Amino acid sequence: MAAIVIGITNGAFIALIALGYTLVYGIIELINFAHGDLFMLGTFVCLTTLTLLGFGTEVGVSGTPWWALVIAILAAMIFCGVLNMLAERVAYRRLRRAPRLAPLISAIGVSFIFVNIGLFWQGPTPRRFPDLLPQYDFVSQLFGLHTLVRFTFKDLFVLALAIPLMLGLAWVIRSTRMGKAMRAVAQDSEMALQMGIDVDRVISFTFVLGGVLAGAAALMYGLYNNNTVFTLGFAAGLKAFTAAVLGGIGNVTGAALGGFVLGLLASLTVTYAGGQWENVGVFSLLVIILVFKPTGLLGQALGDRA
Amino acid sequence: MALLEVDGVHTYYGNIEALKGISLTVEQGEIVTLIGSNGAGKTTTLRTIAGVLRPRHGTVRMAERDLTKVPANQIVRMGIAHSPEGRRIFARMSVKENLEMGAYARNDRDLTPDFERVYTLFPRIKERLRQRAGTLSGGEQQMLAIGRALMARPKVLLLDEPSMGLAPVLVELVFKTIQEINVQGMTVLLVEQNAHMALSIAHRGYVLQTGKIVLTDTAPKLAANEMVRKAYLGEE
Repeated sequence: MAAIVIGITNGAFIALIALGYTLVYGIIELINFAHGDLFMLGTFVCLTTLTLLGFGTEVGVSGTPWWALVIAILAAMIFCGVLNMLAERVAYRRLRRAPRLAPLISAIGVSFIFVNIGLFWQGPTPRRFPDLLPQYDFVSQLFGLHTLVRFTFKDLFVLALAIPLMLGLAWVIRSTRMGKAMRAVAQDSEMALQMGIDVDRVISFTFVLGGVLAGAAALMYGLYNNNTVFTLGFAAGLKAFTAAVLGGIGNVTGAALGGFVLGLLASLTVTYAGGQWENVGVFSLLVIILVFKPTGLLGQALGDRA
Repeated sequence: MALLEVDGVHTYYGNIEALKGISLTVEQGEIVTLIGSNGAGKTTTLRTIAGVLRPRHGTVRMAERDLTKVPANQIVRMGIAHSPEGRRIFARMSVKENLEMGAYARNDRDLTPDFERVYTLFPRIKERLRQRAGTLSGGEQQMLAIGRALMARPKVLLLDEPSMGLAPVLVELVFKTIQEINVQGMTVLLVEQNAHMALSIAHRGYVLQTGKIVLTDTAPKLAANEMVRKAYLGEE
């Protein structure tokens, strides 16, 4: 049970990052390898913002400085959105007509750049992320049950942010003019052009969306796990990518679902087999999907791909 | 002045010259057809006009404006809508959304009269608005592709092989509808393999052979021309 709560909460971050992979893949068929590292930079933006606002350590802080968290998440969302857009502009746009391998390698290059920016920015050792959320466990404090199962304020915080963000994204894709343009570009970019859609702008917008979600996930991750390090992006990125493949890459609903499934799987593996088996569980799953159902869980329902 | 003018256009695929100096005009209110066999350059001509392909030499002018410098996503705003070969509807969007995409470039947002017009022309489309476009039959998809193009309120409608893959009854229906759209004032440039049907509704026609125009005349005269009859109408 405890593993399930942890799994769902972790699944929420993974899902938000996975959405960034799947959105980009859906529209230009690029695996954006730099996306996990974008998320890592997002946690650094949050850390730096909180430090600048005087909350770098929780010493002397009483109560949760909500306003500072709002500023931090907005900073990370804007930073990651803009940076992702710039990366597309600089490193992927020119290669759009090149063979598929070229932008992929370019994305790996961007990933290296991001990692080294992170290294330069916060150094090689893990950084402590301030623990600013209330230490409140609903199960014991609200219901008076003293079990191993905890559903803390942190879990609530993550889900209360992540789920509305996902629903918001679904709404943008389904109902807005830009969302419809995104779907049109994803299905047939040449025809989209003929409809009068500015395809470059739509692709930029898609990168911004993916970045914004990664930025939001960054604050949640930091506050939940209370640490970050410049290599964070690699593992987080691989997990999120696996989640996106699990759901059916290019499928937005699938990425969200895949995130939660993967989060659960990871935490169940940790609980029942031990922490050293976590990545084994995750990547075995990736291999199994690729062998038996390469289109992912919702691969058939490509209609929902953005 | 002609509404649409193609003047000495050479279009290449890589190093292969697909159009070797095509010139044609389409006057306001006409149906003009391009006929010719596979690979003659009919589709390439339409795609060059639509801005998907860029000519290496020559110009395309719409109402005296040079289109070869206009970005592809602005062509529809110049009054040209394209119903392409293979229909290329957005299969995973609803029928209604497909029609909305057709009107994407328009600034006025009241689409009610345009929806009504499409429903009147193609009553079957109206019954399927909520359906995914990919689930439509071939004939319905063709109607949707034409309807989508009409939603842009173009001055010229480019139609590429509207009869492709359709049962004879449906071909009949689609051509009747094209004629009806034309009577309502729409200028049409029609590319067809089915030369017989195309010449029966067109005012004028051009015959293409390996990237060149080899013959042009009024549709009745082309239909009577011996070369056309032998090569494209399958008559002895």
